Amino acid sequence: MLQHFGKYLLFMSSLLFRGESPRILFNRTMDEAILIGINSIFIVAIVSTFIGAVTSVQISYNLDNAFIPRSTIGFMVREMTLLELAPTITSIVLAGKVGSSIAGGLGTMQITEQVDALEVMGINSTSYLVLPKVIAAILVFPMLVILAMFLSIGGGFIAGVLSGEITQQEYISGIRSDFIPYNILFALIKSVVFAFLVSSISSFKGYYTSGGALEVGKASTGAVTNSVIAILIADFVLANLLL
Amino acid sequence: MIEIHNIHKSFNGVKVLDGISGVFETGKTNLLLGASGTGKSVLLKCIVGLVKPDIGSVTFDGTYFTNNKLGIKQEIRRKIGMLFQSSALFDSMTVEKNIEFPLKMLGDMEKDERIDRVNTVLKRVGLEGANKKMPSELSGGMKKRVGIARAIAPHCTYLFCDEPNSGLDPLTALKIDELIKEITEEYGITTIIVTHDMNSVIEIGDKIFFLYKGKKLWEGTRDAILDTDVKELNEFIFSNRLMRDAKKIEDEEEETESNR
Ligand SMILES: Nc1ncnc2c1ncn2[C@@H]1O[C@H](COP(=O)(O)OP(=O)(O)OP(=O)(O)O)[C@@H](O)[C@H]1O
Ligand SMILES: [Mg+2]
Repeated sequence: MLQHFGKYLLFMSSLLFRGESPRILFNRTMDEAILIGINSIFIVAIVSTFIGAVTSVQISYNLDNAFIPRSTIGFMVREMTLLELAPTITSIVLAGKVGSSIAGGLGTMQITEQVDALEVMGINSTSYLVLPKVIAAILVFPMLVILAMFLSIGGGFIAGVLSGEITQQEYISGIRSDFIPYNILFALIKSVVFAFLVSSISSFKGYYTSGGALEVGKASTGAVTNSVIAILIADFVLANLLL
Repeated sequence: MIEIHNIHKSFNGVKVLDGISGVFETGKTNLLLGASGTGKSVLLKCIVGLVKPDIGSVTFDGTYFTNNKLGIKQEIRRKIGMLFQSSALFDSMTVEKNIEFPLKMLGDMEKDERIDRVNTVLKRVGLEGANKKMPSELSGGMKKRVGIARAIAPHCTYLFCDEPNSGLDPLTALKIDELIKEITEEYGITTIIVTHDMNSVIEIGDKIFFLYKGKKLWEGTRDAILDTDVKELNEFIFSNRLMRDAKKIEDEEEETESNR
């Protein structure tokens, strides 16, 4: 375990040395960012909308005390979305989607000697292949999380209003009450940390694949499992540090 | 000139290379010959530093390579063109992008110059017009040829080819062999070719190194190879009937000459 962690740190430091020109890094990063964004926007949209909807329905089900105003539903959906659901659930979904594709892609490149081919050309394969992925994830995850925030709160609105549990005005006044802007910042900090963890752990897993197709599959699964665990631990640590 | 000295390599306790030394001369096509599994590919990877030898050293034109600083290694590597046994094409890129890649990363050519160069080398490997194909759409032999095109696209100083003509028909194989020999002589490249093809040996083998179970058993020119008395090499060569016939004719000629 400790040995793996040491290897991981060495791997991360190799990203920073003898890289290619900034122009190449920029182009590669944009390519990766587009890939991450396009591949995952659909699943993120679906998941966040439904989670918002379900949250709103469940809160209203539990909230049958007449002394609590109905607008509390909106308030609670907003709080849960901003603090936990949007950043964490989105990142876990992305760990599955982006993490497995990073690990699978790098693993395949490794076993088919494409990584060797880069190295023989005198290119630092980690900084060429991995660094753009990490930067791209750090750029794109927060955007997807912001999208998830809107969709989740929107999903809560639709579900609440359609089921007749809450009126439009009540929901809107709920999501506008006692708003703490810092929570948004907190969510974005979380998403950046999660982005780094998912992309770097998955790259690490993929890059050190050896063998054949079977090992590529294992690397992919390992990338997702480890990323998810890392996200949950980081989530706990950040909540203690920053809240 | 590439010199290797006393290269040893084991994987998980199994010895694959057992003390190999040799000199690969500039402007010559040097062949690593040997049966399947004798460690030819591993030796090639040791030379370019993809596999780290347990013991031993490699120097490129007098510059120490193995265990040298990464910067110096990368400098030397930028002068290397390499064809992998598996071709190792970048499968997210078209044929054109694959071949253009080293030009773009390492050179300072303009876009249209690069495309010109891509078309030139594609033509030389007999694949003109395949620019927009993806690697997954190519046959094994075509991949090999694109791999060669990518290796020779930048004007390299050192060229390594791992079985450049395996999987090719005899005529295309011959063309590829001739192409490699041509550019080796034209640009004064140090070329190392891994092969187990006797045709290549006869056609282009300026210098041949015969590997057997991780050891170098024999080295010499293609003219000397038919007269060797190394048992393992003889078995290797004369497993081929044509080679046996060739040897017979040669011996008969010698006999008639000495009788005269
Ligand atoms: N990364 C590795 N890990 C463990 N063993 C390896 C590794 N690479 C090669 N070997 C072993 O080294 C030996 C030599 O392999 P190598 O690929 O060099 O053979 P070769 O001479 O190129 O054969 P072929 O003509 O079939 O390509 C084989 O027994 C192989 O199993
Ligand atoms: Mg081989």
